[in-house]
Amino acid sequence: MEWITVIAAFLQRAILQGTPLLFGATGEIITEKSGNLNLGIPGIMYVGAISGVIGSFVYENSGADFIPIVGVLVAFVSSLIGSLLVTLIYCFLTISLRANQNVTGLALTTFGTGLGNFFGGSLIKITKSSVPFIALTDTGKAFKTALPFAKSLGWVGTLFFSYGFLVYLAVILAIVAAFVLKRTRVGLHLRAVGENPATADAAGINVTKYKYFATCIGGMIAGLGGLFFIMDYSMGIWSNNGFGDRGWLAIAIVIFAMWKPDLSIFASYLFGGLYILYNYLNTSMQMIPIIQMLPYVVTILALILISVRKKRENQPPAALGLSYFREER
Amino acid sequence: MEQTRSVRTEKKRSEPLFHITKRSTVTLAQAILIRAIAILAALLLCALVTVVLTGDNPISVFITVYKGAFGTGRTLVTIHDIAILLCVSLAVTPAFRMRFWNIGAEGQTLIGGLATALVMFFLHDTMPTLPLVLLMLAAGIAAGMLWGVIPAFFKAHWNTNETLFTLMMNYVAIQLIEYFLKIGDKSGSNVVGPALLGEGIPNLFGVQYLFNILVVALLTVVLYVYLNYSKHGYEIQVVGESENTARYIGIDVKKVIIRTMLLSGAICGLAGFLIVGGASHSINASIVGGRGFTAIMVSWLGKFNPITMILTTLLLVFLGRGADEISTQFGLNSSFSNILTGIILFFIIGCEFFIRYQVHFNHSRRKDERTKAKETPNTTEDA
Repeated sequence: MEWITVIAAFLQRAILQGTPLLFGATGEIITEKSGNLNLGIPGIMYVGAISGVIGSFVYENSGADFIPIVGVLVAFVSSLIGSLLVTLIYCFLTISLRANQNVTGLALTTFGTGLGNFFGGSLIKITKSSVPFIALTDTGKAFKTALPFAKSLGWVGTLFFSYGFLVYLAVILAIVAAFVLKRTRVGLHLRAVGENPATADAAGINVTKYKYFATCIGGMIAGLGGLFFIMDYSMGIWSNNGFGDRGWLAIAIVIFAMWKPDLSIFASYLFGGLYILYNYLNTSMQMIPIIQMLPYVVTILALILISVRKKRENQPPAALGLSYFREER
Repeated sequence: MEQTRSVRTEKKRSEPLFHITKRSTVTLAQAILIRAIAILAALLLCALVTVVLTGDNPISVFITVYKGAFGTGRTLVTIHDIAILLCVSLAVTPAFRMRFWNIGAEGQTLIGGLATALVMFFLHDTMPTLPLVLLMLAAGIAAGMLWGVIPAFFKAHWNTNETLFTLMMNYVAIQLIEYFLKIGDKSGSNVVGPALLGEGIPNLFGVQYLFNILVVALLTVVLYVYLNYSKHGYEIQVVGESENTARYIGIDVKKVIIRTMLLSGAICGLAGFLIVGGASHSINASIVGGRGFTAIMVSWLGKFNPITMILTTLLLVFLGRGADEISTQFGLNSSFSNILTGIILFFIIGCEFFIRYQVHFNHSRRKDERTKAKETPNTTEDA
């Protein structure tokens, strides 16, 4: 029974690593289905993280008694608001002002990452607080609260019940997104907007509204990935650039999962597993970068494969990256 | 179904506040004015943000920014920063003119730097300076070309999405450098520095960075001529406007895509060579420092014109160094410059709309205006 505990522990860590990626990927899939290639996702995830941090920092240092459920709510809601605000910048520029999506997205990533690291590094100075560094351990603990019976179930508990609520939320959101995209009228309209906005417009679908809603909802979901990373995975301790390049990895998963949210669950956990694989392999230190390269190589191979095979249901949305102007034909 | 839909649109029909038409012509003065207003507005917002965060008065903030960029002993470093960013921006420009979204400049530059570093690592005390520098140059350019041509090959043959492909190639390059650092430097310090790499490119006339600055200046002129006055430049332009047109007039689109990305990658490789060989004499995964991404914005803001791009580079580098100075002086985090850069970019990106389109408010709408708008010829934009 020794090995099964080891495998369960590995999978548990893969899932923890994969969850921020899953939030990011689900958000990006919803966004891309509307025809918006949002390369600002890595920035939005930083903003989602720092907004949650700012919210709970203010709450934890307000002097009031810490109530776990309120702490979680404060962080959760401020994260959503923060992500929404910066996503709106992207929406306004690309949808209303028809700016180039690549450039706007990259600018948003610069801005968002800067915002995250700036406030992460300067929050204490700006608020003139007396604490030495940002450690929101109370909120972190509240986010990490697992089901009480998880410990008594051995490896089953470790694998399935040992997580904070955000891990389950990520899975639920991905499944709901898959269902909405595949099985509902809203999803059908959204896909139509992403495939051919002119046709969708002619059919009476409000293209602008769909693009705005999809991109904003996608951004907010992606922001939760940042929140999870700080509050749950890092136990409420902020470190600059700690989130690293996970935002880009989330975009890679979108390709790898061929724009299907349900597939992205497994893809995220797979990438999460690849991310920590070196801890479990008996390799020299020197090989670690090569192993960490794997997710990207795998994504490139997937990208090549889907473009060579040209299967219609696996392609990116046809109007991905293009802005839509009704009078332009 | 059809009926309910028409009823719904019937109900919703209310006069919108304004309508938008495409401008048929924009005079240069108009375009410059719109951009100037946008940049001014952005700078004002930046100043406001800075004043709020630091509590300093606006004038001394401005002095700090200026000192950060052009204070004593800084001018040369600032000019070198401009040169390097401009070099990477020049690299992505031919690809962008072709509407090939090469966002892998970071990786192409890094791999060029890695190849340069490898040559220095193994050969720096075995041969005289001149052949060594030439070999470094060749290695850097070849590596950049390789990194650029892989996505181009798949794009040309199978229309593989180049934005995502080039993006992923960045991280492969980063991990390859990490691998080299682990192999090259046994102490685990994550920097392979001058001790292991040698001196690289010697200072020209005893002035640091002069070699790099001259190379980039020359490159700017050459690329300007290449893009605007050569057959290749014309072909790039046509492929960018419409692949079908290009095919129709007998341009080999595949060949143009691959050739242009070879060029784009080669210039990135050159930038990597300049950074490692001519400036840092060391290598790690952050020597390019996000310039590959900033370059995309520089090139786009400069309308893919090498000469205009000098100005956009100047603006971004000036602001970045100024913001760094502010954050050092007030003990704030150095990411402050990213926030200011972001604000400036948002404003400039947004103002392009007002250059391309005209907003008519409907209370002042006259009939002749409407007919004029209809006559506006359609140009292919972003198609």
